[in-house]
Amino acid sequence: MSLEVDHVTKRFKIRKGFRSSELVAVNDVSFSIQPGQTVALVGESGSGKSTIAKMILRLEQPTLGSIKIDGIDSREGGMRNYRRLVQMVFQDPFASLNPYHSIGHHIERPLRLHKKVSSKQETRERVAELLQRVNLDPDMADRRPHELSGGQRQRVAIARALAPGARYLIADEPVSMLDVSIRLSVLNLLARLQREENLGVLYITHDLATARHFSDEIMVMYKGDVVERGASDDVILNPQHEYTKTLLDAAPEPANHGKLRQEVRDEHLASQAK
Amino acid sequence: MSDKQATIDLELAPATAPGQVTITDQTVDETAVRRSKRRQFLGIDLPRMDVKLGLGIFLTLSIVLFAVFGRYFTQDPRNYDNPTFSPPSAEHLLGTNNLGADVLAQMAEGARGSLMVGVTAGFIAVVLSLLFGIVAGYLGGFVDEILSLITNIMLVIPGLPLVIVIASYMETRSMWIIALVLGFTSWAGSAVVLRLQAKSLRTRDYVAAAKVAGERTHRIILVEILPNLLPLLAAMFLSAVVLAILSEAGLSFLGLGPSGAITWGTMLNQASQHNAFHVGAWWWFLPPGALIALLGCGLSLINFSIDETINPKLRSAPEAVRAVRKAEKIARRNQRAKAAQRKVVKR
Repeated sequence: MSLEVDHVTKRFKIRKGFRSSELVAVNDVSFSIQPGQTVALVGESGSGKSTIAKMILRLEQPTLGSIKIDGIDSREGGMRNYRRLVQMVFQDPFASLNPYHSIGHHIERPLRLHKKVSSKQETRERVAELLQRVNLDPDMADRRPHELSGGQRQRVAIARALAPGARYLIADEPVSMLDVSIRLSVLNLLARLQREENLGVLYITHDLATARHFSDEIMVMYKGDVVERGASDDVILNPQHEYTKTLLDAAPEPANHGKLRQEVRDEHLASQAK
Repeated sequence: MSDKQATIDLELAPATAPGQVTITDQTVDETAVRRSKRRQFLGIDLPRMDVKLGLGIFLTLSIVLFAVFGRYFTQDPRNYDNPTFSPPSAEHLLGTNNLGADVLAQMAEGARGSLMVGVTAGFIAVVLSLLFGIVAGYLGGFVDEILSLITNIMLVIPGLPLVIVIASYMETRSMWIIALVLGFTSWAGSAVVLRLQAKSLRTRDYVAAAKVAGERTHRIILVEILPNLLPLLAAMFLSAVVLAILSEAGLSFLGLGPSGAITWGTMLNQASQHNAFHVGAWWWFLPPGALIALLGCGLSLINFSIDETINPKLRSAPEAVRAVRKAEKIARRNQRAKAAQRKVVKR
């Protein structure tokens, strides 16, 4: 019982006029996620993180390798049966909700498509229940996305992902587009839901601090390869690969926490003068 | 969106009122107020009501009302018992033609004919461009290649000459056949635009999210993508109607219009054939020509307003202009207040 990514490779053909070249977005990547486990996938833009997410969701087909969830191959059987098991929270909450439709519509459709409800009354109750689970007012069902803030929209997106009753959740940089002030509350919500539902979560991010805090395991990706993997604390405290070290160096220095920029600069100049 | 507006305000305000911090604050507040004022229907921005839109709606609506109810206030347009070539009078407000038919009655009947041809042809054109544009753009690949090929062929065939050739081959031409021909020859341009729109919309996250939720392709096209194209479709429909009405008038003037029916085009054709201009019967050819122009003008004005809401380049333009005017006004007021204060201090 797990989500298994087995030696998956994705190549894109790029055509420029008459010349064509290949881009290896994901190169022979394997990992598995158990229910109740959070795995973080860390890497810079273009490293292939999102391509892996899309392949798991079957929005893209892997060139080589296979992806199985609870023994069901992503290419076999009905698309819906497969997607009942895995859902996704997208990066940009301003783009992932259709501006034309109400919040209720976004949560109602997966409920209906996966036959979780049988009557209108039941649908309304389930929508209200899901909205409450993500700490939103059930009255929001009638509102439209443009009336909501980024954080509220992302909560709606999470409710939509929960609606089909998925066992695995792919969260593709779920908080990178949000204000810093509300990131933590959305991440805490995800963590709470994961505990309650015993979800397997793939947390895609470029933020090492939250990756360490929220996940059991970290995989570092660089140009399509997984260059380092291991328990969260090991990877952060004892990085082996050069790229992981670079990533860690790029993060702000905790020692400077609470200091003004001027103070940091003065200290730096003072140390140089010595 | 909000960022863009803010930068526009920041860029424009200092240009007109340099160094006035209070003014930028004011304009930012203004944008917030204005954004809340923007009216929406089912999540779609409605065009802002202004002189352009008002005039457009007024012109179009009056002509439509004239077409629908005109015949209850006029005589039978095919009643030839009146005196011929009589100039406008109390009895015949727009005079009579060479056969003695009342021109006002013919105008009302012609409005019905022209509008019916225009709307039918416009509808056919929009449906065809939807079929070819959205399906090609969304599905991509082989289907796209085939549909795009057909679209491109239709695009490079010059419209009116083709219509003339088709129309001249037909012995009897009813109004509906003319509308059909006009619709079938004028969809390609819109299809190209819709194809590109669909190509861009299909990569949106909410389409991917709908796929992940388990929606089928036809529902994604009809329920997720199409509603977001409604303003564009409305604009396309209106311009297709204008084009069809003008083409119908052109065809009819050449004598290739609907046989037996009365439209503004056939009236112009009759007037020219019977030397109305040389006889000095201006009441026969001026009204249909003027109404064709006014209807085209009215529909285009509505279209400009829709364009302002859907074209990202134009969307903030009126707001930016207003912001500048407002800033100038406030700057003048501040200066006046300062001058007044200085006077008080001097005393």
